[in-house]
Amino acid sequence: MITRNTFSEKKTFLEKIKSIDYILAAVILLIGIISCFSMYSTDGGQFKYHTNSHILKFSLFFILFIIFSFIQIRFWHTLAYLFYLLVLGMLVYVLWFGVTAQGSQRWIDLYFINLQPSELMKIAIIVCFAKFYHRVQTQDLYKLKNILYPIILLVLPIYLVISQPDLGTSILIAASGLAVIWLAGIRIRYFVYSVLTFLVCAPFVISFLKTYQKIRILTFFNPDRDPLGAGYQILQSKIAVGSGGLLGKGYLKGTQGYLEYLPEKHTDFIFTLFSEEFGFLGSSILLMLYFVMLFRIIRIGQQSKSYFAKFYCFGFSSALFIYIVVNMSMVLGLLPIVGSPLPIMSYGGSALLSTMIGFSIVMSCKIYSKETIS
Amino acid sequence: MFNRDNITINKNKLITRRMFVLSAAKIIVLTGIIGRLFSLQISENKKYLFLSEKNRLKEWNLPPKRGIFKDYFGNIIADNDQVFQLHVVPEEVEDFNYLMVRLKNMIKIENKQLRRIYKKKKGQLPWQTLIISENLSWEEFSKLNLFLHELSGAKPVLSVVRQYPQAENFTHVLGYVAEANLQDINNYSFIRENYVPGLHVGKTGLEKTLEKELIGFSGIQRYEVNAHGKKINQINRVEGTQGKNFRITVDQEVQNYVQKLLIGKSGSISVMDIYTGDIIAMGSSPSFDPNQFIHGIDSKEWNKINKDPMKPLINKSVSSLYSPGSTLKPLVALSALENHVIAPRFVHKCEGDMELHGHKYHCWKKKGHGYMDLRDAIVQSCDIYFYEVARILGVDRLSITAKKYGLGEKVLGGYFFEEKSGVIPSTKWKLKEIGRGWLLGETLLTGIGQGYIQCTPLELCLATAQLANGGFKIRPRIIDDGTVLYEDIKSGIENYLKKFELGLTKKEEVKKADEELAQLLLPTEDFIKTEPAKLEPLFRNPQNIKFVNEAMYAVSNEYRGTAYTSRNTEKKYQYAGKTGTSQIKRVTEEQRELDLEIHDIPYKDRDHALFVAFAPYKNPRYAISVLIEHGGSGGKVAAPLAKKVIKMVIDRHNLREKFRKERRTDI
Repeated sequence: MITRNTFSEKKTFLEKIKSIDYILAAVILLIGIISCFSMYSTDGGQFKYHTNSHILKFSLFFILFIIFSFIQIRFWHTLAYLFYLLVLGMLVYVLWFGVTAQGSQRWIDLYFINLQPSELMKIAIIVCFAKFYHRVQTQDLYKLKNILYPIILLVLPIYLVISQPDLGTSILIAASGLAVIWLAGIRIRYFVYSVLTFLVCAPFVISFLKTYQKIRILTFFNPDRDPLGAGYQILQSKIAVGSGGLLGKGYLKGTQGYLEYLPEKHTDFIFTLFSEEFGFLGSSILLMLYFVMLFRIIRIGQQSKSYFAKFYCFGFSSALFIYIVVNMSMVLGLLPIVGSPLPIMSYGGSALLSTMIGFSIVMSCKIYSKETIS
Repeated sequence: MFNRDNITINKNKLITRRMFVLSAAKIIVLTGIIGRLFSLQISENKKYLFLSEKNRLKEWNLPPKRGIFKDYFGNIIADNDQVFQLHVVPEEVEDFNYLMVRLKNMIKIENKQLRRIYKKKKGQLPWQTLIISENLSWEEFSKLNLFLHELSGAKPVLSVVRQYPQAENFTHVLGYVAEANLQDINNYSFIRENYVPGLHVGKTGLEKTLEKELIGFSGIQRYEVNAHGKKINQINRVEGTQGKNFRITVDQEVQNYVQKLLIGKSGSISVMDIYTGDIIAMGSSPSFDPNQFIHGIDSKEWNKINKDPMKPLINKSVSSLYSPGSTLKPLVALSALENHVIAPRFVHKCEGDMELHGHKYHCWKKKGHGYMDLRDAIVQSCDIYFYEVARILGVDRLSITAKKYGLGEKVLGGYFFEEKSGVIPSTKWKLKEIGRGWLLGETLLTGIGQGYIQCTPLELCLATAQLANGGFKIRPRIIDDGTVLYEDIKSGIENYLKKFELGLTKKEEVKKADEELAQLLLPTEDFIKTEPAKLEPLFRNPQNIKFVNEAMYAVSNEYRGTAYTSRNTEKKYQYAGKTGTSQIKRVTEEQRELDLEIHDIPYKDRDHALFVAFAPYKNPRYAISVLIEHGGSGGKVAAPLAKKVIKMVIDRHNLREKFRKERRTDI
């Protein structure tokens, strides 16, 4: 029984290469290339800092992704908690020694790169929960420790990230974690209870928010309230997207972008810039690529034997989905501006690194799909 | 084991089921996002495209080009000059003090100027443009453009400003321009519509009156700007149109000469064409350089002009009122003759003074003139004789004649905001304005041009011109619009006089003149000026005009004439005139005994010197009035100036005629 449960697949290197999901890899590469072109556009059609840096990072991390894909899934499973603890440790470290920029303390200075541990936490929480629920049996789901541990595991990083302060990332971490918890089988009514509890506590939580975060939330509900402040960003973003039309204004011709009406166009608003230049058609194609990516990941999850791989793939797919939806809804004026990057497209080393690590774990699930983990 | 497998299957099922639910949700949400994209990019595309263009493009007004002024001969007397200016919008500047320090190192800004800039900044709103420098050199301008990226908020601009090549000589004819203030912008829509920061608009004179036509239309420069308001590139440029150009009737040479003659004096010299009413020259002294106002006048210079006791800011030809003194006498004589109260041979003895109701009235000649008839009294300017004439005539009949000849009425009313109309008293006037009854003594004073009566030098010039042309009404003008032709008027007058001699028009014209007199006597007296479509005689009998003109000739050409010393023996330049010396202060008996010389009297108390004339005596063409404030005797001070000006005007007559005829064929 035990031997059967710890079945280990022996594959030659060639077989491993063959079992890579090429469609997923191609989609990632394609979006990556699109992102490099978009970055070139944000720099006003010149190879400036952001373009060069993004191309370099993407190339580097894509290679890293291919290499990491060959790491055995068992290895990720074994080190899942350690990975989580390491990132949590970094978050604690950031709390005291982090690099401060734009009023929040988020980064660790690693000399060659400023690492943002909260981005890594997005992956770590999924890996951690995948391992946790991999072990928990369905009938044990509602045992006290099985309820308590995940809550602690989730609340700790969220608290640390919120206090940086970084509302956007903490929401994404929470969403990623909750997605896995839900997949594990916790009944929907518990989520409803939680939401109700949250709403009751909301005024209490809001009192902890920074003033600019409060303003952002208020502005979302009434963008005309403050047309030159936070509402200005939403409005300008909508103008950019809306003026793109069916086919867009043409590559490098997005006026909202190069005339600097778009805020944060390298990061959060990269989709706006893309959408202005390539229009409805281009945006739909990009969305389709993301769609294909998400469903390839789900497929890999379905084909995987181990619960860990399944939980991880489904969780990661859901998390990616949430990032995409939150970012797009934000720039299209459907959600308040919370500062969440669009996976792969947005500039930002840590986010890109964590996404690519995420993909490499998915790929490892694919390569070692037959493996079961006790 | 079975149990365990069962559990495994359950767990698998659970996960897969939930995955399906999640996937379905994902598809729904993604569809929602696509829907949102569709609504923004397809449905509302037009709206957002418009907003994006509105973001992208900004328009700037280009400074409008002012119309220019030319003199009669086409010489430019008010031109446009291109200048480089430096504008700063305080709102767009991060650190104003720092910017000023940077600028001070780059361009010439004096501390005094700097203080003014700070003061001005305080007084205006943050988004209003502040003009740091009105006139940069090319080196400064190019240097600024080079460092522009470091000087956010600073804008070097190319602007057009007024330039007056004749400096102070035309100030009182053209007026001057200065930066438009809030009042100008609020009051005039044409200024508001064409406004650009640093726009200059007319403040006085023709520059102000003709502003609407002079200003032109501002052009538009359309730029692509970024979110910070920085101009990225120019999209298009619509050139404005220049304002209307004007040709004035003034002769630049005569005007310059007149101003030169007036240097150091306070007064006015006006020259007018007696047929067309063209103003040949209209000098006022002291004057100031209007170019000073263009590049911002500093307070020291301004105070110097503003507080000068000689009042350089006032156009003395049209905005200062003076007692006409003896220059009124030809009109008094004419009025008496026209109203048949005396005949030219009426004789009265002058004994140097006379008494009326216990008051003593003096003649300027203490010993008295002896027996005088009307001609002698004009020639020698006998006051006693004119007291008597005025007494018989009465002030009301005198005021009618005076008004008929243009006194008490704005001469160039439409062209000068600042023009004043003289005061021509009558019994009704006094009752209305002062509220007391008219006294006979006041009639006597009015008879020699003293007392309440006041007029502008230009009014005196007009009255003289209308006497000189045979007593016909003319409409003075300063803008040459080419509507009035000398030949038409001249031949019209000749025909009229011929007909009059034949007795053809006499009856009806006399009747008409009487009607007009009655009209003038209406209490409100605000009769409306009508266009002089046809000749309008101002007399009942042309012989009376002839008599007065002949007497004026004698003033400057007969031995006893008060202007005899300033006569011009050359026939070509011979003129007929009348001197005037108007008292500022009542002379006491003691002072009269002392008989002080002019330099013994304090400046403020000295008499005004006046002289009116027309020339040449035979076939006159020009009338002139000279006024020197506190100059003393009209015969000694004003007449010699008039003589010089007359000579020059007559010398230039042929040139003017030639030019006029050539121009006429042009039209």
